[in-house]
Amino acid sequence: MTVNDIVHKLGLTVFGGEKGLDREITGGYVSDLLSDVMGNASEGDVWITLQTHKNVMAVASLKEVAAVILVKGLKPDDDTLAQSNEEGIPLLGTELEAFDVAGKLYALIKSK
Amino acid sequence: MKFKYEIEGGNFSKAGNASSEVKKILKQLNVPPPIIKRLVVALYEGEVNVVAHAWNGCIYVEIEPERIDVKIEDKGPGIPDIEQAMQEGFSTASQAVREMGFGAGMGLPNMKKNADQLNISSKVGKGTIVELVIFLNGKR
Repeated sequence: MTVNDIVHKLGLTVFGGEKGLDREITGGYVSDLLSDVMGNASEGDVWITLQTHKNVMAVASLKEVAAVILVKGLKPDDDTLAQSNEEGIPLLGTELEAFDVAGKLYALIKSK
Repeated sequence: MKFKYEIEGGNFSKAGNASSEVKKILKQLNVPPPIIKRLVVALYEGEVNVVAHAWNGCIYVEIEPERIDVKIEDKGPGIPDIEQAMQEGFSTASQAVREMGFGAGMGLPNMKKNADQLNISSKVGKGTIVELVIFLNGKR
């Protein structure tokens, strides 16, 4: 499953990083603590968070996550968006809360 | 091969830049991905610690065929009790830094988990030196 697939199936907003929409998804990680993501997320995960600042993309890039989903209608900071485009890591958004979008994503990944 | 990167204290917009540069170099050198992953976690935590706590600092990376040595040296407030700082959950980060999702007291434990060797020395009011080693031949 690619990032593009979940964008369509979950009706996600694409803020930036369109270059990476064909990235392959292998799992997900939900956390707002950057060190927790650094320590525990895996390459290919979709990272679900409410953090919108630029360091999110630094962590996303270092960990090579497939994409980042911002929850509850939150919008990325301008420099976060710029780095998403630069890195080619899709920065996505949903109106849903983390629990709901994680549940839907989990079901999608497990159904494959 | 030796590399040096400077870190600005307090400037979160640049946090991770040095780690990202080192990662690129390690990839070019065909260092095995699991090693790169471990080094990047440890290095990023070290870099963020300098940004969050110190006034300025430097990262020195030395890559040899059998090992990677990293030294992170900062001028800053230092760590009065290193043993306490190593405990998971212990943090002295400001509220603003915590709200960004840093300062959860996971940084140093993350470094310990991912490095083969970790040595920290610190002088209160002067600064901190963190040295870590990752072996490339899988020896821990």
